[in-house]
Amino acid sequence: MPTKIEKDVFSGRDTTGHEWDGLKELNTPLPKWWVYTFAATVVWGAAFCVLYPSVPSLRGHFDGVFGYSTRESVTADVKALEAQRAKVLERVNATPIEQVRKDPQLMAVATTAGRIAFANNCQPCHGASGEGRPGYPTLASDSWIWGGKLADIQQTITFGVRNAHPDARASVMPKFGADGILKPDEVGAVADYVMTLYGKAQPGPATAKGAAIFAENCVACHGEKGEGKREVGGPSLKSAVHLYGDTRDAVIAQVTNPRQGVMPNWNTRLDAGTIKSLALYVHALGGGE
Amino acid sequence: MSEATMDGFAAASAPAVPRAVVYNEVIVKKFVIAAMFWAVVAFLVGTVLALQLAWPAFNLGFSFTNFGRLRPVHTSAAIFAFGGSALFATSFYVVQRTCRARLFGGEALHNFIFWGYQLFIVMAALSYVMGFSRGQEYSEPEWHLTIFLVIVWVAYAIVFIGTVLMREEEHIYVANWFYMAFILTVAVLVLVNNVAVPISIYSAKGYTVYSGVQNALIQWWYGHNAVGFFLTAAFLGMMYYFVPKQAGRPIYSYRLSVVHFWSLVFMYIWAGPHHLHYTALPDWAQTLGMVFSIILWMPSWGGMINGLMTLSGAWDKLRTDPALRFSVTAVGFYGMSTFEGPVMSIRSVNALSHYTDWTIGHVHSGALGWVAFICFGAIYYLVPILWKRSGLYSIKLVSWHFWIATLGIVLYITSMWVAGIMQGLMWRAYDQFGFLQYSFSESVNAVHPYYVIRALGGVAFVSGALIMVYNLIMTVCSSTTERRDSAVAGG
Repeated sequence: MPTKIEKDVFSGRDTTGHEWDGLKELNTPLPKWWVYTFAATVVWGAAFCVLYPSVPSLRGHFDGVFGYSTRESVTADVKALEAQRAKVLERVNATPIEQVRKDPQLMAVATTAGRIAFANNCQPCHGASGEGRPGYPTLASDSWIWGGKLADIQQTITFGVRNAHPDARASVMPKFGADGILKPDEVGAVADYVMTLYGKAQPGPATAKGAAIFAENCVACHGEKGEGKREVGGPSLKSAVHLYGDTRDAVIAQVTNPRQGVMPNWNTRLDAGTIKSLALYVHALGGGE
Repeated sequence: MSEATMDGFAAASAPAVPRAVVYNEVIVKKFVIAAMFWAVVAFLVGTVLALQLAWPAFNLGFSFTNFGRLRPVHTSAAIFAFGGSALFATSFYVVQRTCRARLFGGEALHNFIFWGYQLFIVMAALSYVMGFSRGQEYSEPEWHLTIFLVIVWVAYAIVFIGTVLMREEEHIYVANWFYMAFILTVAVLVLVNNVAVPISIYSAKGYTVYSGVQNALIQWWYGHNAVGFFLTAAFLGMMYYFVPKQAGRPIYSYRLSVVHFWSLVFMYIWAGPHHLHYTALPDWAQTLGMVFSIILWMPSWGGMINGLMTLSGAWDKLRTDPALRFSVTAVGFYGMSTFEGPVMSIRSVNALSHYTDWTIGHVHSGALGWVAFICFGAIYYLVPILWKRSGLYSIKLVSWHFWIATLGIVLYITSMWVAGIMQGLMWRAYDQFGFLQYSFSESVNAVHPYYVIRALGGVAFVSGALIMVYNLIMTVCSSTTERRDSAVAGG
């Protein structure tokens, strides 16, 4: 029960007559604009529930007068964009890849499509300009493992490397050290020799033993002079760019227990036109042949 | 600034009946100290995270310092440790005084709540840095920690509601409605969202019983009501006591407080699905989440109106009392956030804002502008009273704190608005052929300058908090704030 209703001098309002620890309350009515705005949001809310899917039932839900669905609206947006892209990508797709490169109009489409596809799919491993990172090959130099022609690049992107796809590029380097094919001192000797191939060590009598081991074990994949064999995916060892490092320790590690990188087959994630555009884009990064 | 002048209007008409009740203020003091400690921790970790986002080298290369593990430390320290301790402190202070009753239960029970809650926070933080997490936002502690928290929370409910039941006042003051709504609802939220099956009784790891989209819906029913009942309702309780106290004015409208209390608690509980627009959540639930969020606008603003209009007749105090400036600015930020929230819940706005830093900016205008500021205002008011000092050590330092912290908030939220809207626009930009115009990593590069500005805002906010800690320590220890008239005990 209100006990001590007072008049607040400043506002001219009565208090409610209650007091707690010296705190009182004025008996001010609800602000009109507040009540009207509140009522307006309620009315708007009710109307929205009639127009849009709202009330659930045991078998589904009330679809709303507009029959709107977020899923359908997103699907429609995606379809419209796909149709827009298909118009330009279709011509890229229908034209042989070498000819696309010579057609400035088609090349403009392929570069645009390739650039964004590269940035969103390839950049995390190969770098923003295809410069590569330890373990991930560079795409911007002429040091290609599987070939730098347009068709080679397109094939590598389509089927990937060492994945479960039957057409994937695949090469396996034996574990020369770990499987005991070479003894530790032989691994060291071959590393000393390999370092002469890219000028980090001078060839001489000390590397003769390594040269002999190399000739016996490595030339089948890496070539007589370590120049690499693309048809079997044997990387060049003469290149200045080294996938897993060029120090003696790095070479010993690779010969002992080789790392074998994997690349996904993109044909299940990107359409053929986009992959073709990607191949053209990568080819133009600086290393295309 | 003595207590007598702060009471102002109220003190002039103090009840004639002498108070015989001796309040338990020791527990309030403990929680005030904990709140300030955790405030510094939360702001510091937040600033480190901001630096990590601007320059990844700040991850330092250790598993326990990387962003993923430190982030829940920051959110838990800010919401549950700092905000929670401030709520324990103020709710125990307010409920005793407005009920004219000593805190229910013995001191052992009160101390169990204090040490139990602090232990929970420390264990939760340690578990995060060690890599244990449920992976659900604001609900990261694994099952065994949650069980412990529930026990502490039940003790809290018993003490608070017990005190209300033992009250000498006939009516329950509005602040206590909000505190009770907070205590009860948080209990329900935590219990429902944390139902999990441990992989073994000896294992810390448990799995939620909800699967897929049901789990998402329950998580955001929990998450949004953590915002609604922890960060909104509870701090409104704080506002309803400290703003009229500091202003020395009666509450603007009793009727508004009744209507906005009930409409707020009724609307809030439905708004969670707006976190799940354009997801697997059925459209009808998305619509309802959005509709209730919009209707929530006015109930939320009821609190702002009552807070600001209570100042009418006392606006001049803002010039002389920077602690009141904190409380009033807090109410301003509250009004802004509770308008921005409904706007962001609109499906088509959400299509732009969702997953961007706009959301982060929105949360921080609430967390820094509303929650932290209303706590600062209350703590500046409480410390001289609790430690029986004549006033704060330095009013000038409070003013410095206010301006530095405000600058920090402005840097934070404006940079996140720009960054967030830019991200949203970049992600949906298409070129003339229909290809995406920007890659995701380009959008990451584009926001870098704004991340640096955000980190600067964080540095400013921590600096302000450190000034506050210094000022409060000096208030308690300095000889200049000793009471000359020790006979007039604040009680």
